[in-house]
Amino acid sequence: MKKILLGLMLLATLIGSQFVAAAADLEVNTPAISAIKNSMQARHGQLGPFYTSGAIGLTKDGLIAVKDANAVPLAQRGALTGLVKDENADRTKLYKEIAVANGHPEWQAEIQSTFAGRWIDKAQSGWWVQGAGGWTQK
Amino acid sequence: MKNWMLGLALVCVIPACVTINIYFPAAAAEKAADKIIDDVWQLKNGAEKPNVNKEEPAASTAK
Repeated sequence: MKKILLGLMLLATLIGSQFVAAAADLEVNTPAISAIKNSMQARHGQLGPFYTSGAIGLTKDGLIAVKDANAVPLAQRGALTGLVKDENADRTKLYKEIAVANGHPEWQAEIQSTFAGRWIDKAQSGWWVQGAGGWTQK
Repeated sequence: MKNWMLGLALVCVIPACVTINIYFPAAAAEKAADKIIDDVWQLKNGAEKPNVNKEEPAASTAK
């Protein structure tokens, strides 16, 4: 009887501690997440000037979008569209991978909206961000 | 014997409770987001890596 109880307590503690550990931090150091991060970091060098010129901005759903194509010379517009598309694909993949890495694929939408707020918070002044009422400049 | 059944029931029920009660960890998600954004935009790296050229051999270049 004592052994059973002891075993149960041990089991409960184990499960409990696992839960606490999972709640304290999100796992973001998987190879898949690192790969996406590196790809986004490399792309950011190209995107930087477009944020500054207002050609692109951060959307309220955690992605980026072309805000003012006229801010870009005609010859570069095709390339910019491609960059935005690739960036958004990476971001979507990132949100999904974080959800999956933490064993909760259903968290993807919440992770995405958390990121949306943080991207905008951390955006440099002068960049354009999308709020409830449309585009505003930080 | 009854105790065994009780134990078995508990073993089944405890993980279920944990699964049901699990919620989206908003604070942890924000922390994770900050970490990743800092990496992607390299916001902290520049400030935290002042080791570049820190010990410049000024004496040798002067001569």
